[in-house]
Amino acid sequence: MIETFFSTQLPVDEQFALRRHVLRGKGRKDRTRRFCIVTGTHGDELEGQMVCYEVGRRVMVEPERLCGTLEIYPALNPLGIDTIQRGIPNFDLDMNRIFPGDPQGSMAEQAAYSVVQELQGADMVIDIHSSNLYLRETPQVRINVLHEAMLVPHAITLGVDFIWVHDAATVLEATLAHTLNQGGTPCLVVEMGVGQRINHKMCNRLVDGIFRLMAQMNFWQTGETDAKADKTPCPGAEITTPIVCRGDSVAFLNAAVSGVFLTEKKTGENVAEGEEIGQIVSPLTSQVLCRVTAPCSGYLFTVRAYPIVYEGSLMARVYKTPHE
Amino acid sequence: MKQETIFELQSPYRDTFCIRAYTFGRGEPSVAIVGTMRGDEVQQQYICSQIVAELKKLEQRGGLTPGQSIMVIPSCNHFSLNVGRRFWAMDGTDINRMFPGYDKGETTQRIAAAVFKRIEGYKYGMQLASYYLPGNFVPHVRMLATGYEDVEGARLFGLPFVTICTPRPFDTTLLNYNWQIWNTRAYSVYGSETDSINPPQARQTVEACLRFMQRVGAVRQYETLPACDSICFDEGELVNIKATEAGIFVCLRPAGSHVEAGEELARIINPYDGEMRERIMAPVRSIVFFVHNRPLTLQGATLFKLYNTAKTS
Repeated sequence: MIETFFSTQLPVDEQFALRRHVLRGKGRKDRTRRFCIVTGTHGDELEGQMVCYEVGRRVMVEPERLCGTLEIYPALNPLGIDTIQRGIPNFDLDMNRIFPGDPQGSMAEQAAYSVVQELQGADMVIDIHSSNLYLRETPQVRINVLHEAMLVPHAITLGVDFIWVHDAATVLEATLAHTLNQGGTPCLVVEMGVGQRINHKMCNRLVDGIFRLMAQMNFWQTGETDAKADKTPCPGAEITTPIVCRGDSVAFLNAAVSGVFLTEKKTGENVAEGEEIGQIVSPLTSQVLCRVTAPCSGYLFTVRAYPIVYEGSLMARVYKTPHE
Repeated sequence: MKQETIFELQSPYRDTFCIRAYTFGRGEPSVAIVGTMRGDEVQQQYICSQIVAELKKLEQRGGLTPGQSIMVIPSCNHFSLNVGRRFWAMDGTDINRMFPGYDKGETTQRIAAAVFKRIEGYKYGMQLASYYLPGNFVPHVRMLATGYEDVEGARLFGLPFVTICTPRPFDTTLLNYNWQIWNTRAYSVYGSETDSINPPQARQTVEACLRFMQRVGAVRQYETLPACDSICFDEGELVNIKATEAGIFVCLRPAGSHVEAGEELARIINPYDGEMRERIMAPVRSIVFFVHNRPLTLQGATLFKLYNTAKTS
């Protein structure tokens, strides 16, 4: 069932609406249990669009296997997606910095409030992001250190490569995930890919992970056919053992000069200390302005996708491999 | 007047980005003024230019207090101003949400860090600010409630209002918040508008800033116009008027208007047939503190913020 849970008028002959797809398990008593997938908070992040489509499609093929309720929220910022911009048009603040919202606030703050009201109390929320236009990310889950114990086991089940348990920051208290987790609703933030593009392989892998987590949480009945490659996996299937990154074990590579950043590196590669990651060049003078080298040995989980850099622009993040 | 470049950034395709600072007088750092941080703040840019012009004249005629210095940074973001973008043109980030900055971080974090390093240590700090919602204000001084806000100091501007607001998590990266935490008495000064120049209103703000500098002893010879006895209140006390319908917004009462209960403030018109969808009325006798300034309105948008005078009289 397609439901509209927030709606308001736009100035000229158009209704703004936030919609979700609600799929209810058949033949099951416990429909109050809810598994939610949300995405599209940032209008330039599109990987979640394919994930929403594919999760919904697979469930509709075998609806009898669904237990409880699955809610899919593909676009929390539909105007941003439509206008190819990260934020909400005509609104200054990042939507993921205004939670829990305000029923008396601006349209964006009212929408954020409504989103929280709808999601809180769910058994699990997966909040899918895909970096931005500038950076490419390896499939990862980001977890505030305050919620590490509650969330890391679920993140492992998702089967991502990397779990980043990051420090608490006051400004991040206004994110959707923090708002939900603080209120006792578990929410996993997935980051993967790059803005404005869809990586099919990454999306399908996350979809498999979502079904694995749903199965583990008894939202999805496993079947004999799961072993086949084209079916959803069973919870016991072999999954990647992710790197769990804690504390200050991430090195940030920011551009020392402005120019064009050229690299052949991909996310998910290991690099050695001193290894060249790329170059910053000048197209005007045909000079190499700076050679970018790894400050430590480790796992490259972020690589710049948009090549133009200013001094300070982030080019890469490396997880420092612990010494044996 | 001494000019210095406090930050320099090479651009691959544009001129070198430089942030300039002008210092007047010599001695103890007394007042720091920060102008535009967003590329549509032309009123703030204009106000800052007029403050610099006045300080130059004062310095030439010996009107500054010996042993004290005043510093003005007219713009932290002219790269955006020059191309008509509100935020940092390269990545859309907001410099005013990057404080206290990080000199090894992303570009706008580095800009914020350089600015903050230069303005840290001044006793008083003024920022010519703009609001996150589109609209016009009655000129006022605004402060985040950090526990260090200086309400009595804010009254020295002599503007009609002084407001305090409770910071939300995303406000903790604003200049005003961090300046206060780092022991500067910080005031955000809001002129009437942002993306257009209103010379009379700008003059009022220039006078207010110079009046403040005179009252705290940074300037000794300046004959300002008569000051207001500022009304100070928490922004939570404002009466918010929201649009119950969307459409064309026709404003009838500008910021600063005194209105009676039941008086018409605005109309919302059906954009297709011209029929009136809503008549916005003042619920109480009040002063229009903030008014939406776009020709269209969303349903639920904040159109007016009213200061309730019936309550105080």
